[in-house]
Amino acid sequence: MMGRAVTVVLLLCVAGLFWYLASAGTPAELGSVSRRYVERGLEENRGSNLVTSVVVNYRGLDTLGEVTVLFLSVTGVAFVLRRRRDDEDATKGSAADAARRSVPASELVQTGARLLLGPMILFGAYIFVHGHLTPGGGFQGGAVVASAVLLLLLADRKRALPHGLMSWLESLSGFGFVVVGLVGLGVAGSFLANRGVVPLGTWNRLFSAGLIPVIYVLVGLKVGSELAALLDVMMRGEKGGAG
Amino acid sequence: MTQGTLYLASALVLILVGLACALLKRNLLRMVLGFAIMDTGVHLLIASVGFIPGRTAPIIDDPSMLADAGTLAVAAERVVDPVPQALVLTAIVIGVGVTALMLAYVVRLFAREGTLDVGAFRRLKW
Amino acid sequence: MILTDALVCIVMIAAAIVAVTIRSILSAIILVGVVSLMVAYLFLRMGAPDVAMTEAAIGAALSTVIFLIALARTRGKA
Repeated sequence: MMGRAVTVVLLLCVAGLFWYLASAGTPAELGSVSRRYVERGLEENRGSNLVTSVVVNYRGLDTLGEVTVLFLSVTGVAFVLRRRRDDEDATKGSAADAARRSVPASELVQTGARLLLGPMILFGAYIFVHGHLTPGGGFQGGAVVASAVLLLLLADRKRALPHGLMSWLESLSGFGFVVVGLVGLGVAGSFLANRGVVPLGTWNRLFSAGLIPVIYVLVGLKVGSELAALLDVMMRGEKGGAG
Repeated sequence: MTQGTLYLASALVLILVGLACALLKRNLLRMVLGFAIMDTGVHLLIASVGFIPGRTAPIIDDPSMLADAGTLAVAAERVVDPVPQALVLTAIVIGVGVTALMLAYVVRLFAREGTLDVGAFRRLKW
Repeated sequence: MILTDALVCIVMIAAAIVAVTIRSILSAIILVGVVSLMVAYLFLRMGAPDVAMTEAAIGAALSTVIFLIALARTRGKA
C-alpha cells in the first residue's frame, strides 16, 4: 500500500516534469549537422532517399551496431528458451501441447499462405532493393519477409524451417556488411566510405548511390532471416517434445 | 495548439501511461506491455522533435526541391530533419529485439513457477 | 489537417489507457497493436514515411505476434 502511494507520487512528479518539457516546444530550424547532411547528401551519395543515406552512409556504424544488437537478442532468446535435460515443463505441458498440436490450421489459412508466400517475399525484396529511391529499405523489407515466413509457420505447425540455410544467410549477410566496410576502408580511406569505391551514377535511377543499395540488401536479408528465426524459436516450444 | 506541440504532448502522455503500467501492475505480461507502450511513446517523441511544420519528407524525387537547377544541392528549408528519423528506425528494430528477450524470460519464469504474479518470485530477493 | 491528427491522438491515448486497465490480457495485447498503428499514421503525417513503414511492419505486426506467442505459452496449465 505504501509502495503504491509512493509510486503514484513519483508518477505525478514525472508528469510535472513532462509538462515543463512540453512547454519548451520543438526546434524550428534544422541543426547544423542535419543541415550539412541535407544540403550535401544528394551530391555526395546520389541517392534520392536522404534518410537512407544518413542511415547507411553517414551513420553506417550505428546501423552495424544495431544489426549486432538484433543478433545478440535473438541469440539470447534462443539461449533462454533452450530445452534442458531436467526440464519440468516437458512433462507438465505435454498434455496441453498434444491437444494443441493435433488441431491443424484451417483451410483458409493453408490456401492463403500458399498463395501469398511468393508475392510477399517479392514485395519485401522490392522494398529493400529500392531503399535508396523510395521510402523503405532493409529493415522494412526484412520485416515483410519475416511476416511471410510467419504465415508459413502458422499454416503448417509441423513444418521445420531450413535452419542451416537461414543461419548461413544471416552470418553471410553480416559478414558481407563488414567486408563492404573494409573495402571502403582499403579503397577510399574510411570505413564504409561511398564516394571513391564504386561509380555513383545519376540520382533517381535504380543503379545509383554507389554501395548504399548493396549494403541495404545485405541488411534486409540479415534482418529478415533473423526475425524469422526469432519467431521460429519462440514458437518451437509449443510443439512439445518432438518439435 | 500547433501541430508539433500536439505530437510532443501525446508522446509524453504515452510515455507516462506506459510507465504507470510497468510500475503498478503485478502480472509479468502486463509489465512487458507497459514497456512496449513506453517504447512506442519514446519513438514518437524523438520523431516529433525533428518535425518542422510546413515542410515535406526528405525524399528528393523531383528537381523542384533542389536549391538551384544546376547543382545537386538540396534546399534545406524544404525538408524536415532526417537525423531523428534515422535514430528512430534503429530504435524500433532494437525495441522489438529487447521485447522478445523480455518475453523469453517471462516464459521461462512461468515454466518454473506456474504463475505470472510477480509476488511469487521472492526467491530472487535476498 | 489538424482535426484528423487530434482525433488520431485521442484514439491512441484512449487505446493505451484501456489497454492498461482492461481485464483480459488478450484484449490488452490487441490494443497495444492499435496504438502502434495510430503511431504509424502520425509518423506519416510528420513527413517520415520510412519510419511509418517500419513501425507498421515491426511494431504493429511482429511485436503483437510475439506477445501472442508468449501469451499462448503462459496460459494456465491448471
